[in-house]
Amino acid sequence: MSQKTFAVALMNPPYESENLTTAFRILAAMAQRGHKISVFTYEGASALAFAKQAPHPNPVHGKNLAEENHPTTKDQVAALLALAAKNGGKVDWVNCGMCVDERGVGEFVADTRRGSPADFHSFCEAADNVLAIPVK
Amino acid sequence: MAEYLLIESRDPFESNDVGYYYELARGLVEAGNKVTLFLVQNAVFAARPSAEAPKLRALAGSGVKILADDFALKERGIAKLVDGVAVAPIETVVDHLEAGHKALWH
Repeated sequence: MSQKTFAVALMNPPYESENLTTAFRILAAMAQRGHKISVFTYEGASALAFAKQAPHPNPVHGKNLAEENHPTTKDQVAALLALAAKNGGKVDWVNCGMCVDERGVGEFVADTRRGSPADFHSFCEAADNVLAIPVK
Repeated sequence: MAEYLLIESRDPFESNDVGYYYELARGLVEAGNKVTLFLVQNAVFAARPSAEAPKLRALAGSGVKILADDFALKERGIAKLVDGVAVAPIETVVDHLEAGHKALWH
């Protein structure tokens, strides 16, 4: 299969919906195949790449930080970018600017950027296919 | 004729909208299109043989190809599926996108 370009829109905030688990699985499958992926994160999803996310221990279960090994979405975003690069693809990860300002999450992990819904429009025009994952 | 991938993430026992999505799948087939319904997350509950899900069973015989996400099934301990529903990996979604099929998420 030749390299394709996909536009993906995400709206769910971190740590709330299984939609993101599925979304990251689909994105990882795309990255595994070396495709170009343009991701536009809107509303709550704009916090997915927020750099100040921190893992935590679980005192209820008696686990320290290392034992709990709590995943953060910022690490999942970084891992996705690395996976795509390793397989000859690329991820253009755009965080909606107004959305991050509203939420105070304007510091992103490396190689993701600030943008606007106009970026999603451009992504769709340039893409071979589009997948939008809305909130429920 | 167009090809569609309809991704259903909702549990039909939790959301009445799911029935409308099944009807959309059926309508697209009746209009001459090819449709795959991919069940993910809690949508796979309807694919259990013990589930009271007549609308999904009816859809299985209507020409819609119905798949259930292997990860979602495993998470929920579902090992048996109703006739007409097959297990599929998440890569199936990418297969459809690569092929240019129209993809919708519900």
